[in-house]
Amino acid sequence: MQASSAFDEMGIGDAAPRDAYARIKRWLDEAPPEYLQTRRAQAELFFRRIGITFAVYGDAQADERLIPFDIIPRVISRAEWTRLEKGLVQRVAALNAFLADVYGRREILRAGLLPEELVLRNPQFCLPVIGHQPPHGVYTHIAGIDIVRTGPDDFYVLEDNARTPSGVSYMLENREVMLRLLPELFDRHRVAPVDDYPETLLATLRSVAPPNCPGEPTIVVLTPGFHNSAYYEHSFLADKLGVELVEGSDLFVRGDVLFMRTTEGPKRVDVVYRRVDDAFIDPLVFNPASVLGVPGLMSAYAAGNLAIANAPGTGIADDKAIYSYMPEIVRFYTGEEPILANVPTWRCREPDSLGHVLANLKELVVKEVDGSGGYGMLVGPHASRAQIDEFAAKLKATPDKFIAQPTLALSTCPTLVDEGVAPRHVDLRPFVLTGARGSRIVPGGLTRVALQAGSLVVNSSQGGGTKDTWVLDD
Amino acid sequence: MLSRTAGNLFWLGRYIERADFVSRLTDATLRLAALPSSYGGDVGAWSGALTAAGVNVAYAERYPLLEEATALQFLSLDPDNPSSMRWCLEKARNNARAVRTALTIETWEAINGAWLDLQRFGTRLDSRPTLNRLLEAVKAAALAFDGATHRSMLRDDGYWFMRLGAAIERADNTARLLDVKYHLLLPRDEPVGGSLDYFQWTTILRTVSALTAYRHVYRDGVKPWLVADLLILNRSMPRSLAACASDIVRYLDRLAEASGRRGAAHRLAVTAANRLAGARIESIFAAGLHEFITDFTAENNRLGSTITEQYLF
Repeated sequence: MQASSAFDEMGIGDAAPRDAYARIKRWLDEAPPEYLQTRRAQAELFFRRIGITFAVYGDAQADERLIPFDIIPRVISRAEWTRLEKGLVQRVAALNAFLADVYGRREILRAGLLPEELVLRNPQFCLPVIGHQPPHGVYTHIAGIDIVRTGPDDFYVLEDNARTPSGVSYMLENREVMLRLLPELFDRHRVAPVDDYPETLLATLRSVAPPNCPGEPTIVVLTPGFHNSAYYEHSFLADKLGVELVEGSDLFVRGDVLFMRTTEGPKRVDVVYRRVDDAFIDPLVFNPASVLGVPGLMSAYAAGNLAIANAPGTGIADDKAIYSYMPEIVRFYTGEEPILANVPTWRCREPDSLGHVLANLKELVVKEVDGSGGYGMLVGPHASRAQIDEFAAKLKATPDKFIAQPTLALSTCPTLVDEGVAPRHVDLRPFVLTGARGSRIVPGGLTRVALQAGSLVVNSSQGGGTKDTWVLDD
Repeated sequence: MLSRTAGNLFWLGRYIERADFVSRLTDATLRLAALPSSYGGDVGAWSGALTAAGVNVAYAERYPLLEEATALQFLSLDPDNPSSMRWCLEKARNNARAVRTALTIETWEAINGAWLDLQRFGTRLDSRPTLNRLLEAVKAAALAFDGATHRSMLRDDGYWFMRLGAAIERADNTARLLDVKYHLLLPRDEPVGGSLDYFQWTTILRTVSALTAYRHVYRDGVKPWLVADLLILNRSMPRSLAACASDIVRYLDRLAEASGRRGAAHRLAVTAANRLAGARIESIFAAGLHEFITDFTAENNRLGSTITEQYLF
C-alpha cells in the first residue's frame, strides 16, 4: 500500500490542512528548516542523556536501545478523542466481561457465539483460575488497545493487549521532552495533559485491593529484574507511583498471604502490578523452572488475599482468533453496537476462509493467533514468491494457528526526516485503566511511526519511532 | 524498606568508599615508591599497599614477583580483583542499578557517569598518564557521589543504609592501613626530625588525605605517635576510627528512629564507640597497638555481619 493513497491526518500539499492541524501546519511552514533540524538534534541528545539514565543496560548496546523520537506531534481533536474514548471503554468492558464469563458461567459458549474448543483448548486459557473471581471482578486493569486509522472517521482496533502492555513510559517522557523543547507550540495549543497517568494508575490499583485488606493497601510493582528489556519502564512506574519495585525473591507467601521482605520484617502485600508473564509468576502452578515468580502466589490469589494486575488468564482475550469475534463479544456483553470497528479477519480454521486466504495471499497480512511483536507474520504485498509458498504450506498444515487480514492503508502524519517534513504511517496505543469504579483513559497514548518512507511497520525493532500524542481541547 | 534494597544501598556505599580508598592508597604509594631508596623508596612499598587493600594473598597467587607495574595493574583495572578500582565501581553500579528507584537522578548519574567513564580505560593499564587520569576519575566519582547524595537524597532509611555501608568500609580501610604500618608508628627514643620514616608517615597521612589536617590539628612536625592519635582517636578527622565509630552509631540511631527498634548491631556499635571515646593514645601504646588494631578490625567485621543479619539483607 502506497503512502500516496493513504489518509494524511494533516492533509498533503497546498490544500487547507484539517482543522486540528491548522496551527501545526502554520508552524511547520514558518519555521526555518534548520530550526526544526536543530530541535530534532536536541531532542535526540535529550533522549540520549535520559537514555543513559535509562541505561540500566548501559553497555555497548545502549545506543541501539534508544527509540527514535519525532518532534512533530500527532494531533487528535477532542471530538475524535471523545469517540475513541467511548469505544475503548466499551471494548475493555466487554473484554473484562468476557474474561469473567469464560472463567465463570461460560454463557457465551452456551449461547454458541464462538466455538468451545477455541476457548477451552486454547493454550492461553488458564485452568488454575477457573471459577475464581478476582477482587472487584476486574481482569485487565491496564489494557493497551492498538488503534489504526484509514480515513477521517475510520478507526480500527488492530490488537487488544490485555496482558502486560508496555510503552506508557514513552508516552510520559515524550511529553516531558516536548514541553522543554518546544514550549512555543504549547502556547498556541490547548493540549490535554497526560502527567496524571501515574496518579490514575495508583488510584486504579488501590481500588482493586481485596476487600479483606487491612487498612491502606500495600502495592508493589513486580519486575523480572534489570535484565528485562522493559526494566526501565518498571522502575519508572514504581518511582512515579511511589511503591516498591520488587523481584520474585523479595516476596514470599505464608498462610496464603503475600509478604515482602523488609528491613523491619515481613510486610503484607495486597496488590501486585506484575510485569512478569503468567507462565513465570508461580513455579508451583505454572513453569516450575521459573525463578522470576513467587511460590504460592496463586494460592494467596485463590484465597482472595491478593489482587494481581493484570489478573492471570487475561491472555485468552488477546488471542488473535478470539479477536476476530470481538464485534460479537461486544454486542453480547454490552448490548450495544461496537463503537470501534475490528479489522476484517479471516479465520483460517474455517475451510471457506482458508480457501479465500490461500487464493489471495499476495494481498493479505497473515498472523499467528498467539503471536505478538510482529514475529511469525506474512505481509503479502511485501513478500517474495518463495515466502508466500512457504507460508501457504504452513497454513495448510496448521490452519488453526493463523488468521489473515487485508493490508490496511494506515494513516500518515507529518514527520521530520533527513529530507524535511514528509508523511509517515502511524498507529496509536492508548492505555485504558480499569478499577473497581470503571475505566479511565488519560487523553493521548503512544503514537508509533514508521520512519521509512512507505513502510507500514511501526515496531521499534524495525526502524519505528514514537511521537508525542496530543488531544486538543478547543 | 525492602531488605534487598537496603542491602544494595549498604554495599553501594561500601564499594564507592573502597574505590576511593584504593585510589588514594595507590596515589600515596606511588609517591613513596618513587623516592630514592635512601629515603625509603622501594618496591616493598607495594607489598604494604597490597596488604592494606587486603589483596596481598590474591596478588601472590596471580603474580610470582612483586613489581610496581603488576601491582598497579592489579589495583587499578584488574577485572577479577575484588579491591581493584574497576571492580569496586562496577559493583557500585550494579548495586545502584538494582535499586534505581531508591536513588535520585543526580546520584544515579554520578555513579553511571563514573562507570561509563571507566569503560574507556579498558582492562589493561597502558601508561602512567592513563593511571593518573584513572586516579583522578575515581576520586572525582567519589566526590560526585557524596555530593549528589548529600544534596539530593531524602534523609530516610535508604540514605542511612548507604552512609552506614560507607562508614563501616571506611573504618575497615583505616584500620587496615594502620595495621600494615603500625610498626612505623611505635614511639621510639629517637631524635626528633631527620628520620627516614618521615616519608612513610606522610604516605599514611596522604592515603587518608590528612597531611594538611595533621598540621592544622597538631601544629607540629610529623611524629608517629601523633599520626596514630589522629587516625585512631581524633573525632574531627573523618577517616579516624573514632569518627567512623561515632558515625556508625549516629546512622544506626537514625535507622532505629524510623523503626522504633534497636538491635544487636546497635549494642556492638555503641560499645566500640565508647571504648574509643574514652581512650588515650598512651594507654593504647602501652597495651599494644597491634593488638588494639586487630581487635578493632575483628569487631568492625562482626558489626558488619550483625547489621546484615539484623536488617535481613
